[in-house]
Amino acid sequence: MNPVYFARRVGHAVLVVFIVSLIAFQLGEVIGDPVTAILGLDAPASAREALREQMGLDQPWPVRYLAFIGDALQGEFGMSYRAQRPVADIIVERIPATVELAISALILSLWIGIPLGVVAAIWRESCWASALMTGSVVGVSLPTFVVGIMLIFVFSVQLGMLPSFGRGQTVAIGAWQTGLLTASGLAALIMPAISLAISQVALVARLVRAEMLEVLRMDYIRFARARGIRDRVVHFRHALRNTLLPIITVSGIQIGYLIAFAVVVEQVFQWPGLGTMFLAALTESDIPVITAFLMLIACLFAGINLIVDMLYALADPRVRLAEG
Amino acid sequence: MSSMTGMRDHVTAMATQPAVLGAAAILLALVVVAAAAPWFAPSDPSDLASLDLFDSHLPPSWLNGGDARYLLGTDSQGADLLSLLMYGLRTSLTVGLLAVALSVTIGLLLGLIAGYARGWADTLIMRAADIQFTFPAMLLALLIGGLARSMLPVNQQEEAAFFIVVLALGISHWPHFARLVRAAVISEAGKNYVMASRLSGRGHAGILFRHIMPNSLNPVFVLATMDIAFAIMTEATLSFLGFGMPASQPSLGTLIRVGYGYLFSGEWWIVAFPSLVLVTLVVSVNVVGDWLRDRLDPKLR
Repeated sequence: MNPVYFARRVGHAVLVVFIVSLIAFQLGEVIGDPVTAILGLDAPASAREALREQMGLDQPWPVRYLAFIGDALQGEFGMSYRAQRPVADIIVERIPATVELAISALILSLWIGIPLGVVAAIWRESCWASALMTGSVVGVSLPTFVVGIMLIFVFSVQLGMLPSFGRGQTVAIGAWQTGLLTASGLAALIMPAISLAISQVALVARLVRAEMLEVLRMDYIRFARARGIRDRVVHFRHALRNTLLPIITVSGIQIGYLIAFAVVVEQVFQWPGLGTMFLAALTESDIPVITAFLMLIACLFAGINLIVDMLYALADPRVRLAEG
Repeated sequence: MSSMTGMRDHVTAMATQPAVLGAAAILLALVVVAAAAPWFAPSDPSDLASLDLFDSHLPPSWLNGGDARYLLGTDSQGADLLSLLMYGLRTSLTVGLLAVALSVTIGLLLGLIAGYARGWADTLIMRAADIQFTFPAMLLALLIGGLARSMLPVNQQEEAAFFIVVLALGISHWPHFARLVRAAVISEAGKNYVMASRLSGRGHAGILFRHIMPNSLNPVFVLATMDIAFAIMTEATLSFLGFGMPASQPSLGTLIRVGYGYLFSGEWWIVAFPSLVLVTLVVSVNVVGDWLRDRLDPKLR
């Protein structure tokens, strides 16, 4: 791989994390005073001064920023004001719920979206294709939380089939609490995963259709047909394979969207993940939790973008040559 | 869209597509309802004195136990749901339109500067846009909205909610416009008429605002239309999560958040009608936006 291209992408990722870290650090300075948060409003001035010194708050800000980064690198974000527990513990505890939700939704959206897009492209004149395109407009227009509420109304309130909140029973595999191995855990996952996946299904289907139509117009597809190769082979071996490149990019962006909208879905279903943790922290101005969440999100998104760019460059030499 | 004939062409073309025509008609109806809410709503939900707790939790009038005075039923305070909806739609549309106006303004200005000045200003602006693009706009809007709120004292949060939401949505989406405008400016700036104007002694501001900007507006117009759907949906999401419009000044999202609490006691109408209006609004904006894009700017497809 071209080292210049690689360095530029890594540089961008580092810059993103750096800027977010500045913002996250600054938040602690602007919102609330940690000394007051810990000691309460009517602590004596001497106790405040002592704690201020003990926490290093009397140091100039570059020193405090470096200390903040040093702590962050070791996963040390202090104590949650509300839970009075280390933030790192809370996050580690909540990661599995969000990851399982987002990955289920990703699999669901690719597994349904890709075939729908292929079908809509191959039989593009059929009524199925136009129904699908109409459906996709509705799909992207459905707010995630409205889908969740509709599902809860039908399957929890009316039919009483599925649980409307929580993760069900979880099983510990090492430090990872999984809900995928119990019947109640799987039942609890169904509706949140569908709510999260719906708008993504529509996006994936639209994208695959557009790319596939583009590829089907290419000369090599016409030559393949002229050589008498069967339609099915042309469609799946020649055409679909060449639409995979944009799908790589989109899957990356999709993971980002899934994590963003997981915040919403988690709130609807009271799913005990990072999203509900973050929203509760935002409501209560629990700065250490907000700071840790910001840093986590920054690293995650910078990382996803970096990986997508790398994959893209590996798959398409024109990208790395043009930019390098 | 610059002349009346252009406008008439669009209307004629629209008439050939029933779905688009239908969506445009629904959109128009919703906008009229929202604009006329203070005059046509059965009651004013912000007038707390008019509420009667004896009328609370009433189902829509056509159901058992419904009351003819309240077509769509009432909420837990006894407020008329139809009136709440009309005012909520008004709030949602106002916030959405102002947010898009803010995104367009920021994006247009920065895009013009980046595309025309190039050099370090271009690098700085586009790098900032790239960094923002790393994060989904919804998450950014939530972060900006939530953090701005927590910087204010509790008693000011409700009053400032409107401005905070507009600001959060506006800031979260400017890079889309900046990129679009920058690209258009760069392609326009190389054309002969710009060169001629420069040789005839026109200043930079004159060239930029009289020549280049008007010729870069078409894609901005299309994206702005599509963006209204995004803004309305994101505002609803923020309000649903409790970081948008307060219950004293509810948007559709706020109404859904409040109504969600009553879903489990079987009072489905309090959450169902706002959801229906929200989805109808967003679908019709999207259909009209898609159609405009296909007509005005096939490149964006």
